[in-house]
Amino acid sequence: MTELTTPATKRRATFQWRGIAITVAAFVLALLVGAILMIVSDPEVAGQFAYLFTAPALPLGAAWAKVSSAYAALAVGALGSPAALAATTREAAPLICAGLGVGLGFRAGLFNIGAQGQAIVGAILAAWVGFALQLPPVLHVIVALLAGLLGGALWGGIVGYLKAKTGAHEVIVTIMFNYIAVGILAWLLTTPAFLRPGRQDPISPEVHPTSTFPGIFGQLHVGFLVALLAAFGTWWLIERSTIGFTIRAVGANPNAAGTAGMDVARTTIITMAIAGMLAGLAGVQVAIGPAANGVPTPLSQGIVGSVGFDAITVALLGRSRPLGIVFAGLLFGGLHAGGLSMQSIAGTPLTLSMVLQALIVLFVAAPGLVRTLVPFLRERRAVVAGGQA
Amino acid sequence: MTNDTSGLRLRGITKRFGTFTANDAVDLDVVPGEIHCLLGENGAGKSTLMNVLYGLYQPDGGQILIEGVPQKFTNPKQAMAAGIGMVHQHFMLVEPFTVAENMMLGNEGGFVLDKNAARAKVRELAERYKMPVEPDAVIEELPVGVQQRVEILKALANDAKYLIFDEPTAVLTPQEIDELMAVMQVLRDEGKAIVFITHKLREVRAIADRITVMRRGKIVGHAEPGTSEADLAELMVGRAVDLRIAKSAPAAQDVRLQVRDLKVANAAGGIVVDGVSFDVRGGEILCVAGVQGNGQSELADALIGNIPPLSGTLTLDGVDITRARPAATIGAGMGFVPEDREDDGFVGTFSVAENLVLNRVTQAPFSRGVALDLGAIAANAEKLKDEFDIRTQAVSSPISSLSGGNKQKVILARELSRDLSLLVASQPTRGVDVGAIEFLHRRIVEERDKGTAVLLVSTELDEVEALADRVLVMYRGKVVGVVGPDTPRDVMGLMMAGASHEEAVRAAAEQPTPLVEQVHEAAVHHTEASEGQEGNR
Repeated sequence: MTELTTPATKRRATFQWRGIAITVAAFVLALLVGAILMIVSDPEVAGQFAYLFTAPALPLGAAWAKVSSAYAALAVGALGSPAALAATTREAAPLICAGLGVGLGFRAGLFNIGAQGQAIVGAILAAWVGFALQLPPVLHVIVALLAGLLGGALWGGIVGYLKAKTGAHEVIVTIMFNYIAVGILAWLLTTPAFLRPGRQDPISPEVHPTSTFPGIFGQLHVGFLVALLAAFGTWWLIERSTIGFTIRAVGANPNAAGTAGMDVARTTIITMAIAGMLAGLAGVQVAIGPAANGVPTPLSQGIVGSVGFDAITVALLGRSRPLGIVFAGLLFGGLHAGGLSMQSIAGTPLTLSMVLQALIVLFVAAPGLVRTLVPFLRERRAVVAGGQA
Repeated sequence: MTNDTSGLRLRGITKRFGTFTANDAVDLDVVPGEIHCLLGENGAGKSTLMNVLYGLYQPDGGQILIEGVPQKFTNPKQAMAAGIGMVHQHFMLVEPFTVAENMMLGNEGGFVLDKNAARAKVRELAERYKMPVEPDAVIEELPVGVQQRVEILKALANDAKYLIFDEPTAVLTPQEIDELMAVMQVLRDEGKAIVFITHKLREVRAIADRITVMRRGKIVGHAEPGTSEADLAELMVGRAVDLRIAKSAPAAQDVRLQVRDLKVANAAGGIVVDGVSFDVRGGEILCVAGVQGNGQSELADALIGNIPPLSGTLTLDGVDITRARPAATIGAGMGFVPEDREDDGFVGTFSVAENLVLNRVTQAPFSRGVALDLGAIAANAEKLKDEFDIRTQAVSSPISSLSGGNKQKVILARELSRDLSLLVASQPTRGVDVGAIEFLHRRIVEERDKGTAVLLVSTELDEVEALADRVLVMYRGKVVGVVGPDTPRDVMGLMMAGASHEEAVRAAAEQPTPLVEQVHEAAVHHTEASEGQEGNR
């Protein structure tokens, strides 16, 4: 019987190695597809391909020049200098926080599509504290931070309550709560409490400097450290606390968890509240974290961008593990930051970096596709499949 | 081994998965007119061998010969064409379809379905092999035993000469097993060659013409049909096995669990436990016997607190636990071994160590405040691993990598490592190897001897006989009677079909065989009840 457990254990070890290999392969494949897109979409380079058979050096050289300059600009913009790295961390901070919120939901078997709404509510409250209240420097940041966390927790917690008590599906409810949050923000921005004096367009006053995350170096600010702290806290909660134990048990097998005396309904509410709190922290990051120009962006309709939806891809790429989410957030933050320099230096549209992001997640979500495209990963498969005696 | 070439012969079949050899040079002869029992514990390689034979796996070595001609099957269709039919443990039937429609699957013919031909085919086969089935009955409305008949008829419709029965009795009631045995004998007498895979010794002795025993991927021996159960068990497990554990008379103590007028409904609203009253004393094992689905599962669920009762009272050591949730009943000292261990007993992705503290992770020493004490959790696991002989590579391995018996040991270890006032165990040895059954039974008796009240729900009469101090027979949610463990099997069988003890004794005296009709009724009720259960999930 002891030997019988061997292949299964081996399979698990191999699986983790493959998980990393597939992620790397997905990244490379995404860059390849991105390169093809760049070549095809540039009429000058594509035009050279008429000479593919007569003078192959011409089109291939042009393609290489195009692709290499774009990716070099991307790499330089993301990693090329301390300033670029700092910009990457600024882009990554909200992605990491919202990614943690989605990932925690996954661990509990909940599909939290509502990070967007939770981030919006977090941003509203943090920004309001930031521009409406007058508080001493450090205290002001903390109050704004706590207000944003509370807002996100409330927005997520309501969903958890509805699911636990009425059986409403969290996917539907969180999507609807996204719309509600967007609507509330739009309405608030028309009220005197939020509208910047003297403006007709929906934009709030700027937050006070006392409520802004202090900068550290370049675009790197305290918010990124808060995000790392949140990742560590989430890891500890999931892996080292009884709450996380319960969340994981309920997520993996609610029947067994219930039979073991765990309160499945209460766990659902707690999980959604914590997940909402983390996504709310993403809203805090954009509301009181300095943007590229050194001051936080004032509250407006697009304040959080698409961070709540990008968070789903971050959580998927990070396999719902906090450390994985930090790396995934940094990767996507780098793609954002590098995308800007790619646009300005190589003239490649910023949207290409979003395409790359989507391609990476597509390949990660469909490992079968990667295995088909990368033969050496397929080789491993025969051995792996053998574990199922 | 003979040298003649008739029938189906496997020669030197080897199948490896990575470094693990599931079948090691296995020889097997399957001859028309014979029932060949393939006996072995879970994981011995029986199913792998049959999957090779059925074209689902490609062997790494060896040959399959039919009538002396080497065969190569790369998919089940080729195996079927060569006359091999498989009766799967998990039926390959489309549940919302009728019997006739299922018979057409894979043989739909042209564009227009010919249902009448399919119906005629069902009737013809049912007549010929004496397996009455209504062609227009919908599969999901049929009792499990009848569904299995359809599965058999499907194999026969393809003119299978070699029939493989993969653990066919695992899902059947004792009476359905008797019926299946009769069907297998008819098939044998018709000249079919049958491979019967099982790990139940009684069945082997009842029906086998030839017995081959597998252990760890190898054939370890052949036995005559008359071989004793003890000898077969020894061959199968590789060491001597006590089939009946030694057990002293119960030391009568105070009543610990009191159940009064308990009524429990299933999700569909049907009353499935109907006014049940009984007591369990400390130091005794009360077995709840009955055909699957006569309210035992819901009784156990009501005790632990998974289903709130409609009415009645439950008292444990004088404390009212009628409406207590699982957290409270566990706190009151109730140990619970759920009937469906995969679903309710453990979290498959969790490690063995984590599952061993699943229901008391919030207590000392396993946590301080909300912080888990991983050291204490691991130490607890190491201790229980040794004490309960849990065969796992490491306590950090996921429990899903363990065999059924070892999974059950984890659950029992978890429950018995607490101070219990009552142990409720439902089907604790279902799908568990013979070697592990012996161990689990012994631990349950030891727990009884510590003064714990034990309520054991079982549909296996062997288990009831081995463990019970008293037997409570349930039928359609009511208590038919409480009898001693030495009650004859046929009397017990009749009671499980609803006859009172006196009626059962009288009827058993007049007619020694069980009344199949009555039993059938109980089985039909079983399907109705289990449908309700599924709606519950």
